[in-house]
Amino acid sequence: MQSFEYIDAKTVSEAVALLDEKGDQARLLAGGTDLIVQAREGRRSLDWMIDIKSIPEVNELAYDSETGLTLGAAVPCYQIYAVEAICEAYPGLVDATKIIGGTAIQGRAAVGGNLCNASPAADCIPPLIVLNATCVIAGPNGEREIPVEDFCTGPGQTVLAKGEMLVSLKLPAPQQNSSSFYLRFIPRNEMDIAVVGAGASVVLDDAKQRIVSARIALGAVAPTPLFAEDAGALLTDKEISDDVIDEAAQAAQAIARPISDMRGTAEQRTHLVGVLTRRALNGAIQRVREAA
Amino acid sequence: MARKSHVQTTINDETVEFLCEPRQSLLEVLRDELHLTGAKEGCNNGNCGACSVILDGRLVNSCLVLGVETDGKSMETIEGLADPDKLHPIQDAFLENAALQCGICTPGFIMSAKALLDNNPNPTEHEVRYWLAGNLCRCTGYDKIVRAVLDAAEAT
Amino acid sequence: MSEKKEYKVIGTRPIRHDGVDKVTGRAIYGADFQITGLLHGRVLRSPHAHARIVSIDTSHAEAYPGVKGVVTAQDLPAAEDKMADLGEGAVNLKYLCDNILASDKVLYKGHAIAAVAATSPHIAEEACELIDVEYELLPPVLEVREAMEPDAPILHENLTTSSLGDEDDKPTNIASHLQHKKGDIEKGFDEADVVIERGFVTGTVHQGYIEPHNATAHYNQDGQLTVWCSTQGAFTVREQLAEILQYPVSKIKVVPLEIGGGFGGKINVYIKPVAALLAKKTGKPVKVLMNRADVFEGTGPTPASYITIKMGAKKDGKITAAQTSLAFEAGAYPGSPVGAGAMCVFAPYNIENVLIDGYDVVVNKPKSAPYRAPGATNAAFGTETVVDELAEELNIDPLELRLMNGAKEGDRRPDGPVYPRIGFIETLEAAKEHPHYTSANGKKYHGRGIASGFWFNIGLESSVTINVNPDGTINLVEGSTDIGGTRASIAMQAAEVLGIPAESVNPTVVDTNSIGYTAVTGGSRTTYATGYAAYEAAQDVVKQMKARAAKLWEVDEDNVQFADGEFSSINGKEEQMSFRDLSGKLSQTGGPVVGRATMDPAGAGGAFATHVVDVEVDVETGKVEILRYTATQDAGKAIHPSYVEGQIQGGVVQGIGWALNEEYIYNAEGEMTNASFLDYRMPTCLDLPMIDAVIVEVPNPGHPYGVRGVGEVPIVPPPAAIANAIYDAIGIRMTELPMSPDRLLKAMGKI
Repeated sequence: MQSFEYIDAKTVSEAVALLDEKGDQARLLAGGTDLIVQAREGRRSLDWMIDIKSIPEVNELAYDSETGLTLGAAVPCYQIYAVEAICEAYPGLVDATKIIGGTAIQGRAAVGGNLCNASPAADCIPPLIVLNATCVIAGPNGEREIPVEDFCTGPGQTVLAKGEMLVSLKLPAPQQNSSSFYLRFIPRNEMDIAVVGAGASVVLDDAKQRIVSARIALGAVAPTPLFAEDAGALLTDKEISDDVIDEAAQAAQAIARPISDMRGTAEQRTHLVGVLTRRALNGAIQRVREAA
Repeated sequence: MARKSHVQTTINDETVEFLCEPRQSLLEVLRDELHLTGAKEGCNNGNCGACSVILDGRLVNSCLVLGVETDGKSMETIEGLADPDKLHPIQDAFLENAALQCGICTPGFIMSAKALLDNNPNPTEHEVRYWLAGNLCRCTGYDKIVRAVLDAAEAT
Repeated sequence: MSEKKEYKVIGTRPIRHDGVDKVTGRAIYGADFQITGLLHGRVLRSPHAHARIVSIDTSHAEAYPGVKGVVTAQDLPAAEDKMADLGEGAVNLKYLCDNILASDKVLYKGHAIAAVAATSPHIAEEACELIDVEYELLPPVLEVREAMEPDAPILHENLTTSSLGDEDDKPTNIASHLQHKKGDIEKGFDEADVVIERGFVTGTVHQGYIEPHNATAHYNQDGQLTVWCSTQGAFTVREQLAEILQYPVSKIKVVPLEIGGGFGGKINVYIKPVAALLAKKTGKPVKVLMNRADVFEGTGPTPASYITIKMGAKKDGKITAAQTSLAFEAGAYPGSPVGAGAMCVFAPYNIENVLIDGYDVVVNKPKSAPYRAPGATNAAFGTETVVDELAEELNIDPLELRLMNGAKEGDRRPDGPVYPRIGFIETLEAAKEHPHYTSANGKKYHGRGIASGFWFNIGLESSVTINVNPDGTINLVEGSTDIGGTRASIAMQAAEVLGIPAESVNPTVVDTNSIGYTAVTGGSRTTYATGYAAYEAAQDVVKQMKARAAKLWEVDEDNVQFADGEFSSINGKEEQMSFRDLSGKLSQTGGPVVGRATMDPAGAGGAFATHVVDVEVDVETGKVEILRYTATQDAGKAIHPSYVEGQIQGGVVQGIGWALNEEYIYNAEGEMTNASFLDYRMPTCLDLPMIDAVIVEVPNPGHPYGVRGVGEVPIVPPPAAIANAIYDAIGIRMTELPMSPDRLLKAMGKI
């Protein structure tokens, strides 16, 4: 592993100033479950590791049924699923936090880190997309907010400019009769990277027979996690049936442009997009119905 | 090479000080600097759990923590689990169930099981399997390990 | 079954002697070893699968601050094409040395080229990157059938085929061709009413032990070389070091530390000679550790193979003929386990007409190493699938078909040996009566499969000494490294003889200077052969102590008997003394008693297993879930039933991994793309149910307590059993391992 300096940043402005000064050769350390491995295996060159876990804003975890969730960028997975109200409000996100790595990984890995690592197969990103999350970004010129679906620009690439850092994610409060679901396909039952991931959120009518609106997002089938906006839109104001779900699944398949690698073939991934999109939608619908 | 940092931490209720390079993982520090070799390196990337320790009450892979990050923190390792005159019930359960063969994964499994039972004293078989999925064992087929953890839950 | 003997210790489940050390983190494994002045070594490995080495420049690495020494193949004694005798068969010395540090060509990605010793592992790693190697790239060949083609890239220009005793003179990748014949194969197929012929492909898989390879070496000024390491056999390490370094065995001491799994993969040496070279160059002790990628890319996997199986049977179920061609990938150098595969392929069945051809073929992958019943799992995947298909064609229950044709005492295995008392039929009967097999199986996409397996087991040399303590306990000294509880299973056999509790034995595994030659912990031999030596050493103790009792009682030695831990005199004086009390009187009767035995027992006795598995197939994703698993196995006599069960459960799960997901995945350049525990996908505990291990005991006539080795055979049946279960679930015969989700989707026509 190459040598680097470690800096324990205490404030957002300190971290931003360091990032601005050091540029590419500085990386922020939250849970470290991706970054430390990348540095160790020589996949990422860096001279400075800036630990952000002492910064209050990135540790914020606050949920309010009116205003929604503020999720600091360094909050580890286990803290999220430990909060009952968050599990009820954002089950799709919680699905992802419970399947990232093993228990020990979840003790360190952060949703914000998963986003900033910008893997096409990141489990947290499809649920963040379907839950309408917004990224709060701090930089040398102050703060800005962008929708999470616009955050990743390529494998390992994000919109963060020089000196910018992700501070937190904001998720709106869930609507009436809504729920979300995330699942992935892996050959084992744990400890694998998604061959394909699919997240869905739905808002149903009061009778829970009609879809008011739906969002679908996919992982591991393009250079970035994909917001399947049109596929979700197909379901707007539709009576729930296998046919309409199939139609949405096919629309999702149509935008997938997967590659073949050691984790799966392109044909397998395209096929799985259909299967998982159906399962994610049905899972979200079932959750609304079971919520009574 | 970066200068070494001075770190003060608590390991198994003892205050411990050490010097380490920023690039040294907690696992390297435990093994090479402090000679606490109970935590093992199986993969060095968070996929086998052989290096599991409990850091500020939470199970982590010590290969994925930097030594410098542990300043002011508190941790438990396999070396601190037993009392001088008696084993921890999880250790007893592993022996009674023959839940180890080569034993290289055993410290990691025991620390992982401890974190589970601290968190959930009466897990189901499925909960045990889910929690321990990050710990690989190649010898036992897991059967006796799962039974040992369920037995330890009964005993505590 | 023969009459049951009553035992006091054997068959009980004491706490293993090394248990406390292993649950407290105190046990010292190879990488845990510390010594003053230690340097850290790191090996530079080839990024290419096949290339000629044009030049190696180590000057930049040598100049790097903290570096104390760099070695390459130039530092090894010149190796010629001579054969080195390593106890388990002759090995070409140049191949042996070239696999340690490549001299002229690299033959697989991960092939070791050079090594650095430095003051920290990080510096050694950085310095490796400063070694300049110039390569001339060559096309790789990665698959056994392609490697056998006449125009395939050639790995070794001087390798010719040794075929049935004759040597061809044309350069080839086929190192050898072997054949076993029994009866008249044509006649056998003519007699058959049904003939099935299928081709099978198995992937390259790794033993997957959790502890990476490790070695610490030090040369004293007097030339004494000491190597501390984890290994399956300290003596085989000594032999290999002696050959590779051309150094006398008397100058080498190998100290085996605790070993974190081996499964056959820690018999061959890799970095141990490298540590020795670095130690010699630097004059300091040097520790060399592999990382996980090194382990996958640089150490022995078990070979991929292409196997054809043709079997014929009469309507009544009698199998009349069986023919196979086994083509095994040896990896970069000759020496696949195709010979063992050929011994096992039809071993469970008594078939009159058999023809077996085996081919050992080099490809640009790491040199293959033994893996738990090496070769037998590949072979059984083919045979047991075809037997299942025969049963279906003949409309006979697959278990009944096996019972009708199963091998028994007196039957001859196709490769020659005649079976002594074996327990194959008993494993089938145990499976047939098991509630798993008799339970309902009819849900949609659920399926049940069965398969059987054989492993011959081996004996080989073992030595044990026993020192009697004055308090009636014994210190048992042995040379078999303990990978899975053999301290206990060996100690229990000595305890049974002496009539003392298992806890009264202190078993210690010692270095090569401290015990007689002992072969590897492998071949399912340790509880059998070293246990046998412990038995004999304990008998030696009894004999000597009878003499002491005779002296005390002033009777003739022949008038002292020993039973149930008590010495007593017969024919005259009424004297009695326990083993414990007599132990306290040794100093008055002539001094310490040391029992000893050294063995090379011939009657290992083959092991058979029959497995039953239920699976569920997710037909939308191709994923197979293991719902229930039952394994019946003849253990001869289970010394410590918990650890026998553990061997069975562990073997089953490795077999499940091999069946479903494990494989080396290569790109076109010959680079393994999944050299990590993340992507190699060994089973986690969430992938499995409990594994019901059913011990059948048909005592082995070749061991005083009837022990058969149990470690290997449980890995043999699972891939075939699961394939047969998948067929039962979805009606598709899978003929390629692993039966991964994408392959199932393809087979179902979904992609």
